[in-house]
Amino acid sequence: MELTPQSPRDAAGPKRALRRVRNLLALPIAAIVLSGCTLPSFGAFKSDTKTGQSTYHLWQWFSVGAIVIGGFTLLLMAYVMIRYRRRSDSIPKQTQYHLPLEITYTIIPILIVIGLFVSTVVVENKVTANPPTNVKIDVNAFQWGWKFTYPGYNAVVVGQTTQAPTMEMPVNTNVHISLTSSDVIHGFYVPKFNFSRYALPGVDNIFTFDAINTGTFFGQCSQLCGLYHSLMWFHVKVVTMSQYKAWLASFNTPAGIAAAKAANEATNQQTSTGVATKNAYGGS
Amino acid sequence: MTDLLDPPVVVHGDDHGHDEHHGPTGLVKWLTSTDHKVIGLSYTITSVVMLVIGGALAEVIRAQLISPNNHLVSLAQYNELFTMHGSIMIYLFAGPFAFGALANFVVPLQIGAPDMAFPRLNALSYWLYLSGSITMLLGVFTAGGAANFGWVGYAPLSNAVNTPGAGADLWIGGLLLTGFSAIFTGVNLTATIFYLRAPGMTLFRMPIFTWNMLVVAILILLAFPVLTAGLIMLYADRHFGTHIFTVSGGGVPVLWQNIFWFWGHPEVYILALPFFGMVSDIIPVFSRKPMFGYKGMVFATLTIAALSLGVWAHHMFTTGTVLLPFFSIMSLLIAVPTGIKIFNWIGTMWGGTVIYSTAMLMSIGFVITFLIGGLTGIYLASPPLDFFTHDTYFVVAHFHSVVVALVMGGMAGLYYWGPKITGYMLNERLGRWQFWWLFIGTQLFTFPMYLLGLKGMPRRIAVYLHDPSWANLNMWASIGAFMIGVSTIIFVINCVYSWKRVPAGDNPWDANSLEWFTTSPPPHHNFYRLPKIRSERPVWDYNHPEARALHHGEDHEEIHDMAKHV
Repeated sequence: MELTPQSPRDAAGPKRALRRVRNLLALPIAAIVLSGCTLPSFGAFKSDTKTGQSTYHLWQWFSVGAIVIGGFTLLLMAYVMIRYRRRSDSIPKQTQYHLPLEITYTIIPILIVIGLFVSTVVVENKVTANPPTNVKIDVNAFQWGWKFTYPGYNAVVVGQTTQAPTMEMPVNTNVHISLTSSDVIHGFYVPKFNFSRYALPGVDNIFTFDAINTGTFFGQCSQLCGLYHSLMWFHVKVVTMSQYKAWLASFNTPAGIAAAKAANEATNQQTSTGVATKNAYGGS
Repeated sequence: MTDLLDPPVVVHGDDHGHDEHHGPTGLVKWLTSTDHKVIGLSYTITSVVMLVIGGALAEVIRAQLISPNNHLVSLAQYNELFTMHGSIMIYLFAGPFAFGALANFVVPLQIGAPDMAFPRLNALSYWLYLSGSITMLLGVFTAGGAANFGWVGYAPLSNAVNTPGAGADLWIGGLLLTGFSAIFTGVNLTATIFYLRAPGMTLFRMPIFTWNMLVVAILILLAFPVLTAGLIMLYADRHFGTHIFTVSGGGVPVLWQNIFWFWGHPEVYILALPFFGMVSDIIPVFSRKPMFGYKGMVFATLTIAALSLGVWAHHMFTTGTVLLPFFSIMSLLIAVPTGIKIFNWIGTMWGGTVIYSTAMLMSIGFVITFLIGGLTGIYLASPPLDFFTHDTYFVVAHFHSVVVALVMGGMAGLYYWGPKITGYMLNERLGRWQFWWLFIGTQLFTFPMYLLGLKGMPRRIAVYLHDPSWANLNMWASIGAFMIGVSTIIFVINCVYSWKRVPAGDNPWDANSLEWFTTSPPPHHNFYRLPKIRSERPVWDYNHPEARALHHGEDHEEIHDMAKHV
């Protein structure tokens, strides 16, 4: 068998195709640049916390990158699949190496990765920063429920499975959540805050919620914790500071004290016997 | 036709015929054989049975999730279902299929060896794998049911207080046995590839599949002993009164996650690299060109392996106990060598003659699906993005894109090497049907799950009463999963239909590597003769001496023009 010489049509093919690919890519890129910060959500929640919104913007830019890179690669795939499908039994040119091209598609991904990493670190530092605050809530997870206590106040809320206890917190304020577990590992996940964190036995995990909208937000255990994992629900109710203070004060009435006492007793046997180590990304 | 120019090297003396090696036949042969081909076939059959069992469990899971408050299974049964589905697919199918089944059969053939370096150890590997698989599956029949703490077995959920019962112990025992099986296979493959290569088969003339299996074997040796140690600790916690993972005795639960993922992330590449290798052998054959950037491909594999040992804690970003930036950059960097591989595959097809056999379709399906899984993996390497997608269906969708891509790679491997293994072709028409059901089913299955994850659906929940609006997307995902099930049935039908129908001949694909130089199936000790080995395509060079691969700089104006425009 002999090598078939490349026909002129073959030689022109790749050039033309690449021009076509470039033209196709130009449109979405231009659309994105022109639209500025009105990027689509790409399926994610815009978030009701300030840090969650930083995460959301990072998500948007990662998605732009993924769609451009993925789209470019898929177009290349589609091109070679159609353009180079078998038309004859002749043996094609046996090209094996092209160093400049190979180096190009090594360097460009490295640059992209550096860009992704830098933007990740910037957002990560915002999300894991724990600015000082006076509002602190202790969250304790147990099979299969949640207990919210407010250090320095009488307020205690506890509920199991579909009872979905409600954690009240003030809006436009940094709230330190101190998360522990009494038994197995649980996941404290509030989808609309774009955030989750493990509740680990023996570890006191501290992070900050900075809600910017009032409302009630659904939360759920995200880490498999046994039989009723599917039903381990809670709510986060974000209210104004004055409403929050009034709510805390409501536990100072005899009825409130009795309720808190009952809640404490109900979960006393759940309390961890281990010594918790303080833990927080970015310090507290 | 070119014997005069390039006489084959005779590797076997004429003093005795191959037939004289014949030992027992029938069942005794299957039970006692140390022939890598028999063991490889045993592995293939066992692991495909595991794929079918694991797949059947997946269909039950998807059926349960069709409506928000389905009572097809109980909460307890659901926990067992997804635990056994994950465990079977990861421990009993994907790994053993990759490094037990196809590697066992193909690697000695690709390097021109008569067998594995340690044939009896190879047999031991298989029997450990089979007994480990049976041990794990037996958990289903115990009073408390099978293991139910997820395939990752996170402590302290997996300790004796939270999960009493024999099912969990059988899970640990099964894993220990299959773990040792993997370690022995790792030893065997490493020794075979380093010591049994035919004359002329230098390291840089090995097919990419063999290269990847060498790297996988080394990764196995680095990773699996850590899992074995962790499992022994877990067992000791359960039964010998130690407190390695329990807080009350001074232990640290997160230690289990560190140990598990120190095995578990290299394991991801232990699973993936063999399938990368399969498609890297298949795409050049059906493009009728050499692997584009062969050496770059090898270095990309080595880079992935090296990085894979330093990324384990990206599974633990939300524990609050790991150094986020380090594990983030290490994980992001893996995208670079993976991208190189994808561009090398495209470069191989570029300018080639692409033949759409089932093996090639499956390989292309693999590349596309893996690309989707890879891109969504980049999100998860970024800690802030992981915080809100962790433990949701976004993660489930991500790794199902990856692993179902691997299934496509595995199917490509079966359609490609099946004729070599059995001597008979698989039906291409049924193969194409299987491909389209599998490929469309996979995308239909994963895309709704990505969206569900973003809407806040956590993984491993049996009911979602509080948000019935998730039912729609779940329905689509289930339809996709059922389509994948149909594709598997088509495959089983094809195996039965094609049995002893169309003989394959030695080299049905006009392929490149040494296994295609011998008969199908190969004789005892594999080769009567070998061609001269002067590149990674000795059989191609033998059949097409005028069409050797071009070195860099040889007549490359066309591709140079191409580079200017990228």
